[in-house]
Amino acid sequence: MDSLNNLFQGFAVALSFQNFGLMLIGILLGVLIGVLPGLGGANGVAILLPLTFSMTPVSGIIMLSCIYWGALFGGAITSILFNIPGEPWSVATTFDGYPMAQKGRAAHALTTAFTSSFVGALFAILMVTFLAPVVAKFALKFGPPEFFAVQLLTFCSFVGMSKEPPIKTLLSMMLGFALASVGMDSVTGTLRMTYGQESLLQGFDFLIAVIGLFGLCEILLTMEEGLSFQGKHGRISLRDVVETWKELPKYWATSLRSCLIGCWMGITPGGATPASFMSYGVAKRLSSTPDEFGTGKIEGVVAPETAAHAAGTSALLPMLTLGIPGSPTAAVLLGGLLIWGLQPGPLLFTEQKDFVWGLIASMYLGNIVGLIVVLTTVPWWAAILRIPFSIIAPVIVVICAVGAYTVHNHLLDIGLMVIFGILGYAMKKLKYPVAPLVLALVLGDMAESSFRQSMLLSDGDLLIFFKSGLSAGITILALTLLLLPIVIKIRQLFRRV
Amino acid sequence: MKEESDHIKMRWMELILAAFFAGIGLLVVIDSFRTGYRWSSEGPQPGYFPFYIGCTLILGAIVVAVQTTLGWKKSENLEPFVTFAQLRLIMTILIPTSLFVLGVVLIGFYVSSVLFISSFMVWQGKYSLLKSGLVGLCVSGVLFLLFDVWFLLPLPKGPLETFLGY
Repeated sequence: MDSLNNLFQGFAVALSFQNFGLMLIGILLGVLIGVLPGLGGANGVAILLPLTFSMTPVSGIIMLSCIYWGALFGGAITSILFNIPGEPWSVATTFDGYPMAQKGRAAHALTTAFTSSFVGALFAILMVTFLAPVVAKFALKFGPPEFFAVQLLTFCSFVGMSKEPPIKTLLSMMLGFALASVGMDSVTGTLRMTYGQESLLQGFDFLIAVIGLFGLCEILLTMEEGLSFQGKHGRISLRDVVETWKELPKYWATSLRSCLIGCWMGITPGGATPASFMSYGVAKRLSSTPDEFGTGKIEGVVAPETAAHAAGTSALLPMLTLGIPGSPTAAVLLGGLLIWGLQPGPLLFTEQKDFVWGLIASMYLGNIVGLIVVLTTVPWWAAILRIPFSIIAPVIVVICAVGAYTVHNHLLDIGLMVIFGILGYAMKKLKYPVAPLVLALVLGDMAESSFRQSMLLSDGDLLIFFKSGLSAGITILALTLLLLPIVIKIRQLFRRV
Repeated sequence: MKEESDHIKMRWMELILAAFFAGIGLLVVIDSFRTGYRWSSEGPQPGYFPFYIGCTLILGAIVVAVQTTLGWKKSENLEPFVTFAQLRLIMTILIPTSLFVLGVVLIGFYVSSVLFISSFMVWQGKYSLLKSGLVGLCVSGVLFLLFDVWFLLPLPKGPLETFLGY
C-alpha cells in the first residue's frame, strides 16, 4: 500500500492552486495543438518546453503532460468532423468516426472518442501506478527483432478481409510501401528513388499523404455531390452525450482488449499510432459483423481511441523508470526532465518522490479535467458542421495546406497534398481501399529498418526472429493472424468439393 | 453511343490508374537496380524490398488492366466514373485550390488564403464582398497568431509581409 500513500501525497502536490491552473491551460493548449493538423503532440510540447523552464520541475511536467493529454484528446475532433486526422494516431478513428458524423451522429462519435480515450488513459494510469517498476523491465528486452515482430503483428492484425477486390488492396498497399521507401535509407544511408530531387531526401511523410487522401479527397467528393456536407442537421445537446454513455458499456470487451493492446504497445515502445491501427484491426476481426466496420460503427471509434490513449499514457512508464521514451512525445518530455536536472531511471522513484507521484497524480486529474473540458465543448465542435460549405470548404483547404507545409516546411508538400487528394479521389471511385496505403506508409519504413537491423545482427539469418521467446511468440501470432483466413478459405473450398 | 459524350467511363479510368501504378512500379524497380536488389551477407541490400514492391506493383497493374480489357463489353453499362457535370463541380474547387497553392509560392501563405477564401465565398456562396473579406481576414489572422506568433512556426511569406516588416 506504499503506492497508495505516495499517490495521495502526489494528489496534494498536484492539487495546489497554481498546478491546477497550469493543468487547465495545458489541456486547452493541448486540444488546440491536437486539432491543428501538422502541430503534433511532440511538436507542440517541444515548442512550449521553454515556457516551463522558470517553473519548478513538478509544475513544468504537470503542464507539459497535460498538453500531451490535450493533444491526445484533440486529435480525434478533426478526424471525426472533417476526415482530417489532426494526429497520426487518429487516422484509424476516421474510418468509422467520419461516417458516423456524416450520418448525423457527430456528437455521438465525439463523445465516444473522448470517453474511450479517457477509459484507455485511466486503465494505463492505474497500471503505471501499481506496476511501474515490474513492467518497465519488460521494455529493456526490446531489440530490433522484437520491434519487427511487433510491426509485423500490427500489419497482420490490420490486413483483414476487406470488401474491396484483393488485387486492388495489394496494389494500394504496395504503393504505400513504395512511397515509404523513398528518401534516405535509414540503415546504409543510400538515397533511394529520389532521382536527384533534394526535396525527396526526407521521403514522403505520411501525414501529407493522409491530409491529401482523406481531407482534400473528401472535399472533392463533397463538391461532386453539390456543395453540402451530408447529415449536418443533427442537433446536438447534452442528451446525446448521456445517450452515448448509456450505449458504451455494451462494448466493454472491445474496450478492455483495446486497453491491453494500448498498454502493451506503449510500454514496448510500439507507440500510439500502431496501437490504434492494431486495435481497430483486432476489433474488426473479432466482430460478428466485420462488414459494418467503416460505415460508422461505434466500436470502430472505441477501439482505436482507447488503444491510442492507453499507449500514449503508458509510454511514460518506460520513460520514467528506465529513461527509454515509449513515444516521440515522451522523448521530448524526457528532454525536459534532463533540462530540469532530473535523471530518469529507477532512482527517480526513490529520490524525487514528489516529482514522480505529483506527475502520476496529475495524470489522473489531467485526464478527468481533459474529459470535462472536451465534453463540454462537444456542441461547439459539432456546430462547425453547420457552417455553409462555401465557407468551410476553402477554410479546410487552407488548414490542410498549413498541415502539409508544417511537416517539413517544404512548399512542395502543399502541391503533393493536392496530388494525393486527386489520387485519393480516383482510388475511391475505382474501389481501391486507401487504408492499406496509409498503414504501409506509416509502418513500412519502421518495419524495414528494424528488419534490416535484425539481419545485421544475425548476419542475414532469418531465424533471429525465433531466437528469443518474446519475438518468436509475437512473430508466430502475427503469422497465424495472416494465414488463418487463407486456411479457413481453403477448408471451405474442400468442404464444397 | 449517345451517352458517351456526357461522362468519363469507369473502364478508361481503371486503365489510367493501372498505368499510374505500373509507372510508379517501374520507377521503383529501375532505382533498385542502382541501389542493389540482392540479398547480401548482411541481409537485404537497400533496393531488395523496393525491387519486389515495384515488381508487385507492375504485375498487379497488369492484372487489373487485363481484367478491365476482358470485361470491356460488360462494363458498357457500368455507372460512370464521373459525369462532366460532376467534373465541373469538382473543378470549381480544384482549380481555385491549385491557384491558392501557386499563390502561396508567389505572394505568401496569408495573402493567398485571404484571396482564396473570400473569392470562393463570393463566387460560390454569393456572400457580400464585405462579409467574405472579413471571414478571409479573420481566418488568416487567427492562423498568423497561432503559427507565427504563439507557436513560432513561420508560414511562407510574400512581398506584403516583407513590406510590413515580417
